[in-house]
Amino acid sequence: MAIDQSRPVLEMRGISKTFPGVKALRDVSLTLYPGEVHSLMGENGAGKSTLMKILSGAYQADAGAEIRIDGQTVVIDGPLSAKALGVAVIYQELALCPSLSVAENIYLGRELQHGGRVDRRAMEAACADVLARLGAGFGPRTVVSDLSIAERQLVEIARAIHANARILVMDEPTTPLSSRETDRLFDLIRQLRADGLAIVYVSHRMAEIYELSDRVSVLRDGTYVGTLDRDRLSAESLVQMMVGRDLSGFYKKDHGAYEPGKVVMAVRDMKDGRRVRGCSFDLHAGEVLGIAGLVGAGRTELARLIFGADERTGGELVVDGLPVRLRTPLDAIRAGVVYLTEDRKGRGLFLDMSVRDNINVCACSDDARGAGVLNLVKARERADGAIRDLKIRVPNSKVNVGALSGGNQQKVLLSRLLEIKPRVLILDEPTRGVDIGAKSEIYRIINELAKQGIGVVVISSELPEIVGTADRVLVMREGELVGELGGYSGKAITQEAIIELATGAGVESLPRAA
Amino acid sequence: MEKTMSNITAPSPVTASPRERFQSMMRAVGMLPVLLLLTLGFGMLAEGFLTGQNLSIIAQQASINIVLAAGMTFVTLTAGIDLSVGSILAVSAVVSVMASMLPGGGYLGIAAGLATGLAFGLINGGLVAFGKLPPFIVTLGALTAVRGIARLLGDDKTVFNPDLPFAFIGNDNLLGVPWLVWIAAAVIAGSWFILRRTVLGLHIYSVGSNPEASRLSGIKVWKVLLFVYAMSGLLAGLGAVMASARLMAANGLQLGQSYELDAIAAVILGGTSFVGGVGSILGTLIGALIIAVLSNGLVLLGVSDIWQYIIKGLVIIGAVALDRYRQSGART
Repeated sequence: MAIDQSRPVLEMRGISKTFPGVKALRDVSLTLYPGEVHSLMGENGAGKSTLMKILSGAYQADAGAEIRIDGQTVVIDGPLSAKALGVAVIYQELALCPSLSVAENIYLGRELQHGGRVDRRAMEAACADVLARLGAGFGPRTVVSDLSIAERQLVEIARAIHANARILVMDEPTTPLSSRETDRLFDLIRQLRADGLAIVYVSHRMAEIYELSDRVSVLRDGTYVGTLDRDRLSAESLVQMMVGRDLSGFYKKDHGAYEPGKVVMAVRDMKDGRRVRGCSFDLHAGEVLGIAGLVGAGRTELARLIFGADERTGGELVVDGLPVRLRTPLDAIRAGVVYLTEDRKGRGLFLDMSVRDNINVCACSDDARGAGVLNLVKARERADGAIRDLKIRVPNSKVNVGALSGGNQQKVLLSRLLEIKPRVLILDEPTRGVDIGAKSEIYRIINELAKQGIGVVVISSELPEIVGTADRVLVMREGELVGELGGYSGKAITQEAIIELATGAGVESLPRAA
Repeated sequence: MEKTMSNITAPSPVTASPRERFQSMMRAVGMLPVLLLLTLGFGMLAEGFLTGQNLSIIAQQASINIVLAAGMTFVTLTAGIDLSVGSILAVSAVVSVMASMLPGGGYLGIAAGLATGLAFGLINGGLVAFGKLPPFIVTLGALTAVRGIARLLGDDKTVFNPDLPFAFIGNDNLLGVPWLVWIAAAVIAGSWFILRRTVLGLHIYSVGSNPEASRLSGIKVWKVLLFVYAMSGLLAGLGAVMASARLMAANGLQLGQSYELDAIAAVILGGTSFVGGVGSILGTLIGALIIAVLSNGLVLLGVSDIWQYIIKGLVIIGAVALDRYRQSGART
């Protein structure tokens, strides 16, 4: 892809940003050319979001910054001026009004009017063109709440195109998408690039970076590390730039083989009549069992059934040989089964409560003295112990958990579960949205737990994670467990084998399996 | 390996700078400065405001609202609301006075008032916890229906007991402090203990902060919801005992009219979040005292009834706006 590198559409120079007590960005630069996909990489907390928020007008850079668009120095003092300059951001949390139609959303804030009356017909006609151009499978009159996440993303992109955006920022756009939806999004991104848009693509996923990027810039600890052209991209160099250290021994698996006889949890014919269609498996003491599968295969749904979080139409749970009367999560917890949700902020943490309370909310009942009086000494000890053991980076345990980075939040949530002293730990996407440093520590913890004889289930969409951590892998497809790898099955755990089972196709027919 | 890991120092957003410490201190004291400023202001402007006797009167006037607002705080912390406390207070007062007139009644009136409040609170709580109905709707319905029941029970007349045996609660002092103030203080202390020192209290905050996470943590959400509405009802029953002890009478139509609004105002002024999970009982106490100081001071200044309403409303909005401004200004 030849990019015209003579006339940058955007130049950001000397961008610094100071928050009370923190220097989030230090003299960062970024140059964008029309018709390029420019990826922005870095660990969580490296400053990617802050930089993008300065570009989109949500934050103001410190004095001394210079932003040029088409060679002209500009001032971006708010979201409106960013929009007027042709900058559009597709946020992770989509910013649409669900109860309005697609056309109303695309025109939000600049509705076509006839003497104060909204001209829906004209709006819908104009939107139909944009939607057709983007290959949307829905019309302008569709209500947004009827659309899938992928389709809503398309509406956001349509809104940006329709507003004549020339710089499009996409922040982890594939996180909620299935692989087919991701492919479609990538086609669209390539089309937009061909149309001359400059696209800033923020992602953690190495494979996507390879597939899309013309250039990659890396931030680390708020500073600009460097930019690589496409022909110089390599995993080693990128990871080196991001973390500034060697990643050998990243995954840790030295807990030894589990004993096939020691079943700690048996799941029998679990089903919910919709997404999970009769799943049975055994989990052994000291085993790390990976559950792989495509997004939508029913992995999370299965885990929630085992945990009693959703209603099941059939199925039994046996822990340590005893059947569990499973109606609510409390029943599972009492039997020693705990579940780490994939939705950390939405269903896991109490964001406006302290780290200490978040860690103690389950275990406090056991510590309580008569009549349910909290044991404050014990609570502090538990919290401080967890902060020490899991290396949670906080000044003290009174800090609100909402102020922490993703990795530290995940460790807080994990320590809440560990304080229950579980027999079985089900981890659903344990490293989603977590930086590389915290990732490696979570792998260390998983390994530690297996050593202690706890049965660990790891559900993950990241194949290297499954391959790197699991002793045995079950693959799920359309609500059923369709295959087993590793353990005593005699089949090796490889990414190719997992993909083959997960898609139900031979490896050679998959364009992206390698 | 582990050594290299602990060497990473990402810019941490949680280092406590002096400014942030000041911020968190300001959040802890909340509206206390407003209360002190109002007290000082009235003290300078109004003759006889800063006297022991008047302050005692203020505390006494605030006491019933403090009790109701304490119950409201429990409910609000779970992201709920209880609009029915005024009506529950009325029906409980009617029952209480009527029970006190039964042969051998007397102190039975206290128990009857408390039990009535608790019963209606449990009904509210049951509808919210098990019926999964929105608290606003449930308690709005109760506001109207329970008011009707109060009028029905008293035959739409004032029930009056000139020999009310527990009238001393409303009119006498203990160790120089009115009984009503002792009761309010005890309610605040008890509420503080439940919220800050018990498992149930932690679970109340949890449910308000994130109900789904609470369920997945094995917290019995229904139990928490049932408790907070029952508590609010029980405290409305206690308020009824206090009110009827003071008046030695109860009127199903007039008693407790719009008390829920003063209780909600106290909770708001106290900084408790309406989306749940954040707030404190001490804040509510300060909020209730601000309202009482304002009413009393304006009367002493001779401000007309009409203007009192307008000023009180504006102060509530202004104080909360100031609070928001202060907190958001500090954040960016």
